[in-house]
Amino acid sequence: MAPVTGTAHDTAATAPSGEGGAAPARRSGARDLAAAERRRERRSRRYQRRSRWYRRDVRWSPYAFVAPFFLFFAAFGLFPLLYTGWASLHRVELTAPTDMEWVGLRNFARLLEDEFFWNALKNTFTIGVISTVPQLLIALGIAHLLNYKLRGSMFFRVAALTPYATSVAAATLVFVLMFGRDYGMINWALGLAGIGPVDWQNGAWTSQIAVSTIVVWRWTGYNALIYLAAMQAVPNDLYESAALDGASRWQQFVHVTIPSLRPTILFTCVVSTIGATQLFGEPLLFNGGGGATGGADHQFQTLGLYLYEQGWVNLHLGRASAIAWTMFLILLLIGAVNWLLVRRLRKSA
Amino acid sequence: MLTTTEEPTATGPAATARRPRIRAGRHLHGGRVTYAVLTVFTLGSLFPLVWTAIAASRSNSRLAQTPPPFWFGGNLFKNLQIAWTDANMGTALLNTTVVAGTIAAGTVVFSTLAGFAFAKLRFRFKNLLMVLVIGTMMVPPQLSVVPLYMLIAELSWTDRLQSVILPTLVSAFGVFFMRQYLSEALPSEVIEAARVDGASSWRVVWHVVFPAARPAMAVLGMLTFVMAWNDFFWPIIALTQNGSPTVQVALTGLGRGYIPDQSVIMAGALLGTLPLLVAFVVFGRQIVGGIMQGAVKG
Repeated sequence: MAPVTGTAHDTAATAPSGEGGAAPARRSGARDLAAAERRRERRSRRYQRRSRWYRRDVRWSPYAFVAPFFLFFAAFGLFPLLYTGWASLHRVELTAPTDMEWVGLRNFARLLEDEFFWNALKNTFTIGVISTVPQLLIALGIAHLLNYKLRGSMFFRVAALTPYATSVAAATLVFVLMFGRDYGMINWALGLAGIGPVDWQNGAWTSQIAVSTIVVWRWTGYNALIYLAAMQAVPNDLYESAALDGASRWQQFVHVTIPSLRPTILFTCVVSTIGATQLFGEPLLFNGGGGATGGADHQFQTLGLYLYEQGWVNLHLGRASAIAWTMFLILLLIGAVNWLLVRRLRKSA
Repeated sequence: MLTTTEEPTATGPAATARRPRIRAGRHLHGGRVTYAVLTVFTLGSLFPLVWTAIAASRSNSRLAQTPPPFWFGGNLFKNLQIAWTDANMGTALLNTTVVAGTIAAGTVVFSTLAGFAFAKLRFRFKNLLMVLVIGTMMVPPQLSVVPLYMLIAELSWTDRLQSVILPTLVSAFGVFFMRQYLSEALPSEVIEAARVDGASSWRVVWHVVFPAARPAMAVLGMLTFVMAWNDFFWPIIALTQNGSPTVQVALTGLGRGYIPDQSVIMAGALLGTLPLLVAFVVFGRQIVGGIMQGAVKG
């Protein structure tokens, strides 16, 4: 469609005088007819072209709209995913990433023999549990309270979300200071309560609790808002009929709110579990200057940190890839268990 | 998979927006206990941030004393200055702004386009592709770190900002978010009408879709900006403190100093957090709304 309208427009714009003056004088009717015929032809061709163009547009532009996502995903998501699997079967060093030596499943075999792998797996699990469970329980309670009519409810909501805006690095550095053994605020407060100073960083449990505290602090408010949104979507009639049946507020919470929130709760469980599996920044920086070991005895080294240590401290990219794939398999396992649970719940409901 | 993606439309953004909060008769006023618990929770949420500022305004020796300080001292500007020069904070802040801004803009535009196609257009393999999008949300970033690193090393992109920007320029969550929003907020009739008038797909996007999606685009942009600003795992691998670090990478350098001066570290942490805190004070209401809106659809 562009050429026809384009040229007419162009001549009109560049040589407005030319059109009137240089136009051939009408000499005969036959010529007139031929011109009209040509015009008609041109117009119908234009329509055809337009409708063809239109059809093509409708047919192909959806692909153009989704293409950027898939192109970027293919380049920076799918390709690396598969290549990690390939690299995990090789000996690859960070110093010469292009020299790959086929070793089959040896990276995985070594992983299973490595006590630090099992240690990291265990730590990831315990830190995951002691950060996810309290986080979601507190979030549920806070969401319930935020669901009341409140003065300054927006202030409470924004304040609850502020930790979410704080970076892992900034949050961890502050908590390292607060968990300090000698002059930390938390030990000072515990001392007021008559509890002796706790060496948060060097104990196995204490360090894991401290790392979990950072996670809980950052994500509880975020989850609370997610629950709050789901709570506001619960139909009011359910509460009214429950109230008519004489249910107390607590009973309403247990028998109306929680069941209605079940999909949301499951969603947050999945997301938090995925997050916990990938825990990295908190344990890295909680170690102060100690690097990627996760404490002197690896007492809070997570899988994410172990991967980083193998790949970027010990320079074994192949082994790091094997860890990555193992993490992926664990996540798939968690996903499968989750799915089975959901199906079970649906059936029983 | 498909049922889960269709299901949330019933409680999509428009539905929540339409439902006035007053309607809910059960929303009783909170009692004293409610306020007390919420106040304690709020203090817990805000205290570490306030204390960052307090610690940043003290000297290192004061922080090595009990009891810890609970009020501001006079060293704030000195510490900020040291952090600024030692950790290269000026460059880091500029870099982070560029990175987070580009990622947010890219995510918003690409997500809106894809979300529009998934919500309103018909094409083959649409459902399959949408399932793929959701599937990609499950892939952990650790899984692609090794090849990504090899890729950027091959391209000599280490320490260049594009190594951080490009891999995160699109987001599956964004596509999902925009699809849910547009399937509710954009009536199909408007698109039909534009089509009848002879508008091409790109005109429809420019004159109909973008204006209709603007609220969701703003929310998605803010969320993505916050996430990109705070991203840690990949930047620390792709960038170094001596090259062109983001704020998070620069902060790691401060934390690893040989003679760690705690008050300077806190000053750095404050510098890295302050821009987002200011944004929260200004846009807090919208960000909260956005999180809650995105949440229903999970």
